[in-house]
Amino acid sequence: MSNLEDLYREIILDHYRSPRNRGELASPPAQRVEGFNPLCGDEIVVYLNVEDDVLVDIKLTGQGCSISQASSSMMSSAVKGKSLAQVREAITSFKQLMTVHATALQENGQPVEADLRALGELAALQGVVKFPVRIKCATLAWNTLSQGLDDLS
Amino acid sequence: MTSFDPRLVRHDIPLLERVINDHPITYLDSGATSLPPRAVIEAMSRYYELRHANVHRSVFQTASEATAAYEGARDATARFINAPGGAEEVVFTKNTTESFNLLAKSWGWANLHDGDVVLLSEMEHHANIVPWFQLREERGIDVRFIPVTDEFRLDLTNLDHLLNDVKLVSVTAMSNVLGTINPVKELAVAAHDVGALIAIDAAQSVAHGPTDVHDLDVDFVAFSGHKMLGPTGIGVFWTRELLLADMPPFLGGGGMIADVRLDGYTPASGPTRFEAGTPPIAEAVGLGAAIRYLDGLGMANVDKHEEELTRDALHRLEEQFAGRVRVIGPNNVTDRGAVISLDVEGVHAHDVAQVLDQFGVCVRPGHHCAKPLMRRFDLVATVRVSYGPYSLVQDTDVLLEALEHAIKMFG
Ligand SMILES: Cc1ncc(COP(=O)(O)O)c(C=O)c1O
Repeated sequence: MSNLEDLYREIILDHYRSPRNRGELASPPAQRVEGFNPLCGDEIVVYLNVEDDVLVDIKLTGQGCSISQASSSMMSSAVKGKSLAQVREAITSFKQLMTVHATALQENGQPVEADLRALGELAALQGVVKFPVRIKCATLAWNTLSQGLDDLS
Repeated sequence: MTSFDPRLVRHDIPLLERVINDHPITYLDSGATSLPPRAVIEAMSRYYELRHANVHRSVFQTASEATAAYEGARDATARFINAPGGAEEVVFTKNTTESFNLLAKSWGWANLHDGDVVLLSEMEHHANIVPWFQLREERGIDVRFIPVTDEFRLDLTNLDHLLNDVKLVSVTAMSNVLGTINPVKELAVAAHDVGALIAIDAAQSVAHGPTDVHDLDVDFVAFSGHKMLGPTGIGVFWTRELLLADMPPFLGGGGMIADVRLDGYTPASGPTRFEAGTPPIAEAVGLGAAIRYLDGLGMANVDKHEEELTRDALHRLEEQFAGRVRVIGPNNVTDRGAVISLDVEGVHAHDVAQVLDQFGVCVRPGHHCAKPLMRRFDLVATVRVSYGPYSLVQDTDVLLEALEHAIKMFG
């Protein structure tokens, strides 16, 4: 069962049971973006309020599995109040975390430890990479957020 | 003479010897694809080891054996579904999906015009929806749907009205989501009364019980080898000889012609007209072996066995999980097959399936390629449990225990 506990860490279940930043923002002015996972039918809607290059508010609605719901909840906590540059950095780090084969090697042949500290509690989602079919669940919210930022600029 | 003992069937299935996450595999995904017995795997190996050659072309010994094996599978298929015109009515395709595309793009293209209606149902697999939408774009036909009741049955109260201008009724004989078995015979009578033809999606039903196209009095039938203990890569399209004779070719190329000249071609007659290129020979041999194996079990026995499994599972789900797990499908075994969709209160289907996998339990989470039906019941996904001839009550024991864990984990 150890694999399963790796996937469903307590913090993930906590975000799933009490998701943060659930709801809608009036759009406009908020940017509204939809994301779909055609394979499992999961849907997410992300609302973004950006002022002076700062993501001042973010809200989410939609339905999905615990991984997609927890990932979107954690994402919203991680990026709310951050500058757009910081938000983009977070997206990049998270996607790296979710990439199975991207482990870089140091000169001594040992894998570079991903800097999980920067990701905070999001690091709890690391167990997802052991279940490749679930990676798209974890990245759905992030891809949707990324799409929203692209639409803004 | 048939004999049937599911424990013996189980011994014939190599894949059921696997251990998954330290548990013996509990395979409950036969509705997606069934597990082939050794007889099928060995028939395909023997074909490749001893007889492999191209069919319908050469005169040497192995080539005629290959042709005999391929055509033998066609004969076996015709007998299995009691095709009145025999093997001449059986076209080999890739799968059910290709069979429906053949129907829509050949028969549909030639026979349906602006304003004609194709009547489907809300419980269809995408394979029996999308080709008709494509034809609608090309031909201006209309596509209409028989609604599904809250009791998960076809709502036939307005059938007369729904049949207005209908040229083809195309419905599933058994839903791959609900397990509902539809009244095909009654629909065939209603369709013929208004001068329409009727096609059935037999992908699920053909593996579940006896299929007699003559008795059902239907006009077109589609199914896949891999759902009836056979290999992937082979499907069946059946229609009456007279209808087949009038259908224009579908894919063009070698094998489907009578003659090709510099100014044009003449298509072959019979089923080969729809089998362009080198066909899936080994797969046909595998299908033939699967049919012999199923004949040995007796489809009526398979039907009875799966009904017992379904009755037991529905009963225990109600007993142990009432209020926590909802069965999305009829709650009794009348006109219902061994496919059980579950909506687990508060737990997403993917999470349920993930926990079940830790116990070696294979089930299918998702929309099961029936999104209109999922919308009808306001669902995004269900957990689908489906049985085969090799399934045992013990499989349900493991399932229910694992289900309890999944609910505890997310509750
Ligand atoms: C009722 C039904 N129709 C059609 C299909 C499509 O079968 P295939 O994928 O073999 O073409 C399936 C299988 O998923 C099915 O269950």
